[in-house]
Amino acid sequence: MTELEPLVRAPLDTKVVGHSAQRIDGWEKVTGAARFADDLEFGPGLLHACIVESPHAHARILNIDTRAAEKLPGVVRVITGKDFPYRFGLYMQDRHIFAQDRVRFVGEQVAAVIACDPRTAARAAALVQVEYEPLPAVLDAVQAMEPDATLLHPGLGAYEHVPWFFPRAATNIAHWRKIRKGSVEDGFREADVVLEDTYRVPRYAHCAIEPHSMTGLFDAAGRLTVWSASQSPFTQRHLFAQALSPLGLSHKDVRVVTPYVGGGFGGKAGVSCEILAAALATAVPGQPVKVMWSRAQEFYNTYQRQGVVAKLKLGVKRDGSITALQHQLYWDAGAYVEYGANVVNAVGLSATGPYRIDNVSIDSVCVYTNLPPGGPYRGFGYSEFFFGLESHINRAAQAINMDPVAFRRKNAIREGDTLAYGAHMNPNGLQEAIDRTAAAIGWGTRQQSEDPHKAIGKSLVLFWKAPAMPPNASSSAFLKFNEDGSLNILISGMEIGQGLLTAMAQIASEILTVPVSKIRVETPDTDRNPYEWQTVASHVTWGCGNAVKNAATDAREQIFALVERACGIDKDSLYLEDEKVKSRFRAGWELPLRDFVISGIQVPDNTFKGGPIMGRGMFMPEFSSAVSDPETGQGGHPNVHYTTGAGGIVIEIDRQTGKTTVLKAVLAVDVGKAINPDLINGQITGGLLQGLATALYEDMRFDENGRLLNPNFSDYKIPTALDIPGEVIPIIIETAQPDGPFGARGMGEHTMIPAAAMVANAIEDAVGVRLHSMPLTAEKIALA
Amino acid sequence: MKKVPIRFRLNGIDRELDVEPADTLLEVLRDRLGVKSPKTGCDHGDCGTCTVFLDGRTARSCLVLAAEADGCDIVTLEGISRDPSPLMHQLAKHNSFQCGFCAPGVVLSATELLRANPHPTRREIQEAIAGNLCRCTGYTPILEGIEAAIEAAAIEAATIETTAAERSLP
Repeated sequence: MTELEPLVRAPLDTKVVGHSAQRIDGWEKVTGAARFADDLEFGPGLLHACIVESPHAHARILNIDTRAAEKLPGVVRVITGKDFPYRFGLYMQDRHIFAQDRVRFVGEQVAAVIACDPRTAARAAALVQVEYEPLPAVLDAVQAMEPDATLLHPGLGAYEHVPWFFPRAATNIAHWRKIRKGSVEDGFREADVVLEDTYRVPRYAHCAIEPHSMTGLFDAAGRLTVWSASQSPFTQRHLFAQALSPLGLSHKDVRVVTPYVGGGFGGKAGVSCEILAAALATAVPGQPVKVMWSRAQEFYNTYQRQGVVAKLKLGVKRDGSITALQHQLYWDAGAYVEYGANVVNAVGLSATGPYRIDNVSIDSVCVYTNLPPGGPYRGFGYSEFFFGLESHINRAAQAINMDPVAFRRKNAIREGDTLAYGAHMNPNGLQEAIDRTAAAIGWGTRQQSEDPHKAIGKSLVLFWKAPAMPPNASSSAFLKFNEDGSLNILISGMEIGQGLLTAMAQIASEILTVPVSKIRVETPDTDRNPYEWQTVASHVTWGCGNAVKNAATDAREQIFALVERACGIDKDSLYLEDEKVKSRFRAGWELPLRDFVISGIQVPDNTFKGGPIMGRGMFMPEFSSAVSDPETGQGGHPNVHYTTGAGGIVIEIDRQTGKTTVLKAVLAVDVGKAINPDLINGQITGGLLQGLATALYEDMRFDENGRLLNPNFSDYKIPTALDIPGEVIPIIIETAQPDGPFGARGMGEHTMIPAAAMVANAIEDAVGVRLHSMPLTAEKIALA
Repeated sequence: MKKVPIRFRLNGIDRELDVEPADTLLEVLRDRLGVKSPKTGCDHGDCGTCTVFLDGRTARSCLVLAAEADGCDIVTLEGISRDPSPLMHQLAKHNSFQCGFCAPGVVLSATELLRANPHPTRREIQEAIAGNLCRCTGYTPILEGIEAAIEAAAIEAATIETTAAERSLP
């Protein structure tokens, strides 16, 4: 009998963190008790809005006649751009609440009818007469950069924007992120092989199953409340207050309440259609007004994932070292880029991928087009550029006859290496990710299909991603004890399915020894919960987690100080165990938390000391800076850290039909510390499938007039339970992030990033076909 | 338009109300009767979030006119949650859902499957919930939760059988 080797694991120093726990919102969701924005009741006075939309991709608005709509019984108000001539935007203020003098995409909001019921609103919206003068539409990013291209935003030069954007006035270029490191000319000269090619990625839709739903109420006393399905309650409050400040609103007057969110994926980040509810509410004071987005609107008038054309040039030596990378990305960013330009920026900073490259030239260019606004989508541009980059890395390895996994292992970035913008790489377990992924897919052994008409292919690719956020994005937390020693934690990190509430409860539980079952974490209400920038960028486990950890530590220090004052026990001797305060100096002495966390500690003269224990915590990365040289990108520290990993896949392709079946998908990700391993596995199975669908079949199709042809689930297919891989293997790697809570860093987006390149490289491995454009459909494979 | 008087049994309680001919069952459940577990996801019968039991069979309430439900027995997740099933406990235990928006529909579809076929194969489970779109989980955690419920039921059945066999011993 062979003896099994014991699994080697670092000793567990935590009791709650690092252990799988049942979600604290699980039972609410399984029973249907969980409330989403559309489930909230506003009583019989609720009004409903219907939006009048542009049928043109680009046109001047000559006249809007609202008289017929206003006459319809049940109509309360008809609103047009004249009522709200205000601009807004997260990183660049290039949008209006309603179109002003021109429309820039099919579906853009031109007017709104507010009525007593949704059907009347819809009937009246059809009666609003808008006279347009069509303008030439620019539907392609590369064409939009031509000198004679029609300008979408003649006022671009005057738009307010963050200091790290570089718009070019009198062009369609809203931002151009340049990175220059070393000399690519020297690097290419040094190379034995220089490989150039172009890769194309279309637009994609988030397809959260919950559509956007938002209700606004502007009361008679001038207070504006918006209930919305959102990842970003405080950012919404800020943008609403900013945009509507001409009405006399200040931040204190604006309240955003966000119940559970039925899927976000970036589509409910920032502010898109939500501003309509805020604005419309101010037009009907005292009456709540609801805006409910249809499935079609979800597709054509929220953020879309931007399309990109990526030109890659890579120089390699025969020994397998990379000498230079030139990466030029032209983004079809859509009609408004207030959020999407930062996707372009983030990619510009990181388009080397997790490789050590001395000579780098990156141009990531944000181009206006007459298509719906681009914006954040899980992966924030990385899924898009990794398709080209990791395809190209495979081809470079082939060109020098090197095993593509060995090539990656040799060039993979390591802690301390200099990044493209000059800062240094954080600790990471990329080598371990490569080794374990390679083992999981049986790299190095060729598999034969049992079916002679089918071929099996494998691949392994790398990924990384940093949170893209302003350098001073912050998180905060309040923690309140209750009479029975249970806890309510108030944060404004959003539960969008990832399990944030549970992870935060585990962090507090670890420090305060209160079991997770006795902790409730509240979804945000900006009046009650403290500030959080947004739940995006895979940063809340890290940022909000640090805030909660600090709040719990603050509460613990208050407890120890009180016990020292009231009981005369040196606080340095105190510790918490099983919801009790204990002392290393007094064996057997203990004080249960529930005895004093609200009511205080009674002292010998029968008075009480203390009072309710309330923890306060916040976190802001104080080392980050977004200001750098516009021509080289050198000099700042725009990214706080990178999460890295590897993805592997085994696919089977029908040689005749080109149909791809995923037999096995593997994702190894260095999470620093898994707060709740089961929830991480859930992110991996979910994100991988979302990524595989973009790789294999999802695809937004527009006609020659810029109209989306497939704005529904019949024509834009997302995976069903029948479309899952044969096997998914999640691999968790833990190389601690020094400034993360218990060493944790984010990983939610990363699960989607490598999928397209995994499939592309495995297709080539199986049948020798190299595809340069997504999606990698059966049709393309069969015709190749 | 002339309203239509209808009556149906909803989660065990008889209800009577007047509806517009164009009202869908989903609208009436959510907006008139305050039953919020069936969700509006696509309004075209594609996503399955509006699933309810109509006379014991799952139906997409966004595709059913309220007037068509006259005389029917309607059960939503609210009705089932009064006495939570072992299936629901296993789904919670296995962290089967993330955002939870699809959960009411998935729970009803899986309940319907297990009532008709207590020992389905994985493929049969996949087929049974294929009409319920989930964008978060990649479905694997949902399938694992349902399979755990099937296994737990099988163990329970075996225990009952063993106990019965023991009792029958002389």
